Amino acid sequence: MNPTPAFALLTNGTALPWAEVPAWPMPEFLDQVGASLTRGGRLSSLFGVPMSEGGALQLVAVLAFDASNTLAVGRSQPFTGTFPALTVHHPQAHLFEREIWEQHGAVPQGHPWLKPVRQDHGAGPAVGEFFRVDGREVHEVAVGPVHAGIIEPGHFRFQCAGEEVLHLEIALGYQHRGVEEALPGGPHRASVHQIETLAGDTTIAHATAYAGVLEALAGTEAPLRAQWLRAIALELERLANHTGDLGALAGDVAFLPTASACGKIRGDFLNLTALLCGNRFGRGLVRPGGCAWELEPERLARLRAGLDTALRDVQQAAAWLWDATAVRARFENTGRLEASQAREIGLVGPAARACGLVRDVRFDHPTGWYRFAQVPVSVWPDGDVFARARVRWLEIQRAGEFLRELFDTAPDGPLHLPLPPPAPNTLAVALVEGWRGEVCHVALTNAQGRLHRYKLTDPSFHNWTGLALALRGQAISDFPLCNKSFNLSYCGFDL
Amino acid sequence: MFLRDTLLNRLRRGCETLAYPHGPAPALPDRHGGALRLDAARCPLDCAACVAVCPTQAITRLPTEPTALDLGRCIFCAECVRVCPAGAITQTGDHRMAARHREDLVLGAPGREQLRLAEALGEQLRNLFGRSLRLRQVSAGGCNACEADTNVLSTIGWDLGRFGIQFVASPRHADGLLITGPVSQNMELALEKTYAAVPDPKVVIAVGACAIAGGPFRGNPPIRDGASPCVPVDLYIPGCPPHPLTILDGLLRLLSPAGIPASF
Ligand code: SF4
Repeated sequence: MNPTPAFALLTNGTALPWAEVPAWPMPEFLDQVGASLTRGGRLSSLFGVPMSEGGALQLVAVLAFDASNTLAVGRSQPFTGTFPALTVHHPQAHLFEREIWEQHGAVPQGHPWLKPVRQDHGAGPAVGEFFRVDGREVHEVAVGPVHAGIIEPGHFRFQCAGEEVLHLEIALGYQHRGVEEALPGGPHRASVHQIETLAGDTTIAHATAYAGVLEALAGTEAPLRAQWLRAIALELERLANHTGDLGALAGDVAFLPTASACGKIRGDFLNLTALLCGNRFGRGLVRPGGCAWELEPERLARLRAGLDTALRDVQQAAAWLWDATAVRARFENTGRLEASQAREIGLVGPAARACGLVRDVRFDHPTGWYRFAQVPVSVWPDGDVFARARVRWLEIQRAGEFLRELFDTAPDGPLHLPLPPPAPNTLAVALVEGWRGEVCHVALTNAQGRLHRYKLTDPSFHNWTGLALALRGQAISDFPLCNKSFNLSYCGFDL
Repeated sequence: MFLRDTLLNRLRRGCETLAYPHGPAPALPDRHGGALRLDAARCPLDCAACVAVCPTQAITRLPTEPTALDLGRCIFCAECVRVCPAGAITQTGDHRMAARHREDLVLGAPGREQLRLAEALGEQLRNLFGRSLRLRQVSAGGCNACEADTNVLSTIGWDLGRFGIQFVASPRHADGLLITGPVSQNMELALEKTYAAVPDPKVVIAVGACAIAGGPFRGNPPIRDGASPCVPVDLYIPGCPPHPLTILDGLLRLLSPAGIPASF
């Protein structure tokens, strides 16, 4: 599983001069990327970089070789018009290629399902062709964009035979706010705030990746104490969201004790983040160059006490859940995804680990404090709703233990240092294991050291396809449960 | 087994719903800061330090007028508080921030150092909604933080139902909309249709900096800079996101002059 030597290799959270990223003619570039994917590489990102003048485009691939803890970057030579689609042989490229087509107009030839990813071209994301199954007994169900409940918008189109879902197509883009388009020429004053609200429940992970990229471009790292504090905040974010998910899953099978308890405990974890910085979602805590709020001993003591209580409560709430046979009966064998499918579509995060795949950025590509202290990777083999719930529960426990370890190992020193300006014509990559999985930020600066291209990949970008596949052969009434078991971000996908 | 466990545990924990509004409001996190206050009379001549750092262009300083700070645009990053050399902008620690009119959120004019809090709906609407308000939530480009802190109001800790307020699945069952997000162009049509589907009379509540004026995304081409270009707004609740307490205060304020609805 070693990358093709021709790629430029780098570790997570580092930068390299753009000139050192190998550029191949298009066919060779695609061969190289394809060969690496065949040998077990993972497509962390694939995107276009427009040339400063002339309207030509270069494609850039960021590949992750998890077993050898290496990232590999390569690019195509400038081209215009079309390129042969990687998707034909490597399904994990399918959304990336649709996105390249949408953002730059370059056509991936042979792409089996070339549609916009998030924009509407004037009509609305759900207007247009959907995959259809024909037959006398077949009917179509359309849901969204506005759903029941307090939840973000998206459109789901089911092809059903009776109750059974034959195919689900997910049309997103309703939340598109133009975050990626706003970054070139920056960083701007609003940039860090747009990143923090890119996916509001993943504020810390995205802000940490953003800070990591800018620090790598500046040829530096955040002070140790800031790296330590970022790890605390990232694990608190994981605890809050995983707890909320366990509660929501319990709620969807009408198991109210855990649902009500977790609804409250989730808030208790959010309040611990607010203890750090005043904001329940961690806004204003992580800044390029370090962190903005000190964690003094007295505050740390309060954090420790609050964490103990919340962990004890969630332990109790989870015990009820696992004890109830009615819950197991609904979770087991529902929304099953095979490990081979997960690998093929490039699934990340707890959803991938619930298919038995050992992938976790904290372990495979550690940066920051994760280089000094490790969290074991939580894996469960079955690929169903039960497995996804189970992985969350394992991660809650391990995050709790990890935090207690962190509390006792606080490094001294400054929390923030002024950040040197970004190096010109440089590419930087930062991956962070957010609670949903791999957050990937890639930045490329221009000759003036301003951002020329900034590529954002939220874990949801990889994982929505997983939900669609998990629904095949399921009763349509199990959609809410399956959906909750992935709990993907709409705005993180829509950017 | 779990049945006995659950019941015993419930008994041991007692009531977990907060005492507010009968008891005192819980304190905001100490680093939250609450609503801002602007004493524009203190602004030094020719100083525009706050204008230069504000990420949402919430602060303006025109030569002939007092400094103006728009809490509707503000995401409460407190940069302005930190850079102000004269202490003109301060944090009040107050969670109450909801306003009925957009201009009530603009601070700075003499006598307007603080925002003007929302007054209740007129008597007729209060008679209709005071004991039972059903809201349909629409996220239109929201980042899931305003949504989460609205959602939390329905958990046992806050128990919104005790005030007769409930979120419903269909706009046909609703008395109004609660909107989050800057209103992405791709959600504009869905928002308008949902609004049209709510029977008259109806109220519209904009929660969060995005829904009020675009928040950190203000000026990005794919958004409409808030809900008011699309639908008439009756209540603005600032924050990024607003603390659940701020949202609850806003909802209660709308339903009753005393801040506690008649049914309670
Ligand atoms: S606190 Fe509000 S007004 Fe002050 S700088 Fe931040 S966004 Fe601007």
